[in-house]
Amino acid sequence: MSNSIFVIAEHLKGKIEDVTYEMLGKARELGGEVVAVLLGSGAKGLAGNFNADKVLYVDSPALADFNPEAYGKVIASLVKSHGPKMVLVGYTSQGVDIAAGLSVDCDMPLLAYANAISAGSVTSQLYGGKMNVESKLEGERFIAAVIPGAFPAEPGKGSGAPVEDVAAPDLSGLKVLFKRLIEPAGGDVDITQASVLVSVGRGIQSADNLPIVQALADKLGGALSSSRPIVDAKWLPKTRQVGKSGLKVKPKVYIAVGISGAPEHIEGMKGADCIIAINTDPKAPIFSYAHYGVTADLFDVVPALVEKL
Amino acid sequence: MNIIVPIKQVPDLVEELQVDASGKDLDREWLKYKVSEFDDHALEEALLLKEQHGGSVTAIALDGEDIDKALFAASAKGADRVIKVTGDFKGASNHTAAKALANVIKGMPYDLVLTGVQSVEDRDGQIAVLLAHYLGTPHISVVTGVEVAGGKVTVHKEYGGGVVAEFEASLPMVLGIQAARETPRYVPVSRVRQAMRDANLEEVAGDGSGVSAGSSISRMFKPETGGGAEMLSGSAQEIAGKLAAIIKSKM
Repeated sequence: MSNSIFVIAEHLKGKIEDVTYEMLGKARELGGEVVAVLLGSGAKGLAGNFNADKVLYVDSPALADFNPEAYGKVIASLVKSHGPKMVLVGYTSQGVDIAAGLSVDCDMPLLAYANAISAGSVTSQLYGGKMNVESKLEGERFIAAVIPGAFPAEPGKGSGAPVEDVAAPDLSGLKVLFKRLIEPAGGDVDITQASVLVSVGRGIQSADNLPIVQALADKLGGALSSSRPIVDAKWLPKTRQVGKSGLKVKPKVYIAVGISGAPEHIEGMKGADCIIAINTDPKAPIFSYAHYGVTADLFDVVPALVEKL
Repeated sequence: MNIIVPIKQVPDLVEELQVDASGKDLDREWLKYKVSEFDDHALEEALLLKEQHGGSVTAIALDGEDIDKALFAASAKGADRVIKVTGDFKGASNHTAAKALANVIKGMPYDLVLTGVQSVEDRDGQIAVLLAHYLGTPHISVVTGVEVAGGKVTVHKEYGGGVVAEFEASLPMVLGIQAARETPRYVPVSRVRQAMRDANLEEVAGDGSGVSAGSSISRMFKPETGGGAEMLSGSAQEIAGKLAAIIKSKM
């Protein structure tokens, strides 16, 4: 085992994702040699502002875009050959396809939904953010799948580090092939530009009730957004979804109506200047992130609020 | 097209969660359970694929709280086979659960395994990817679209910001489903009851030994509310008045 901490860098459309810097910063704090692992094709330059001791860079046309199979193979081979004590992976769409496979292939324990990490223990945010679970590791080595936003990004930024090119293992005969990236359809309201968002969740109960919250958004000159279940139910288009798989928003005022506040949603809106939550459940996690909270029925409060404004 | 759908029951988060006397687990005595919502989406996508291409859907679950009911509900929705993997899986890690599922699934013919991308209890990683690696098949997670044609599968994987990556893959493979293309179907209780009478709930002895999470829970606790929200109280009118003033001051 080496004393190094691997941080698996994540990039999309030629840009490093913030979770990479957040993990680099955390790795620095934990101590030991911080090794960023970057995979891509002609992407070496992306490591230019990493705060790391070393960058392992693997270049191959097969790694140009994320591919669960190819990335999984390359990262497992690097972990096997270098034997880091710790591997940090984002708990992101890409990271979900890396972390658990690495755990099996390299026989290292994995702790997911990580929001706190120390040498011998990791805290996972479970049950939709309603419980934290601290786990004690049996050995020293482990993988943590880190929730984006759990740690600050700034400490992970620096002036780069020596880049060591590592030859890619044999990637012929892949069963999974990347075809293309599909951008979301445009033409709808851009919720990332709205200064006021009224965001609606399961508490709205039915698509027929949407005009109640739309009226509030209209009154405030803002836009209507939502949590994932509303989009899955096709009550609102994908362009309105706030959260991990939706959009990240930072409006001046964010009014969460009938949203419990699962971690995936919080990830998309916690940067708002003023968060107001209306929910019937006083224990809803959203109240931990809101500046102002109301435990009441949205069907009473929202129409009353429209009248007062 | 033979599709296997591992499902599991998880605590219903609508209920208030409490830590038990050990300080390391939920107080499960009064907990209500429901099928993990992403597994529900996986089952829906599997049923839609079967309706398109023919074949069979098999729902499979490890023994656990209210699992018979969940499997009978899957049968009522249209699963052709429902299998309960018996054994003591209480408190089992996802590594152990995935290994036990893999041991059963590897003896069955399948083209696709669809299961939920995540659950609210995935302390040691997500089942779909663990299962794929124990089976030795490729995998894609966070899947919002599946199309099968000519022995190949086209898969949509969702990133942030609504961006979707399209992959093409050969079968068999494991997919971690984020959302089915349709809202998961609803079956009335009467049809679940009928399935309880008519459906054949197969039982297979399971074994997930030989793997472990490599960690154990040392403490479970509610997150600190970190200052938390300033709670406004009063009648709906009074609350609306206070909110209006706050909103105006922040705009």
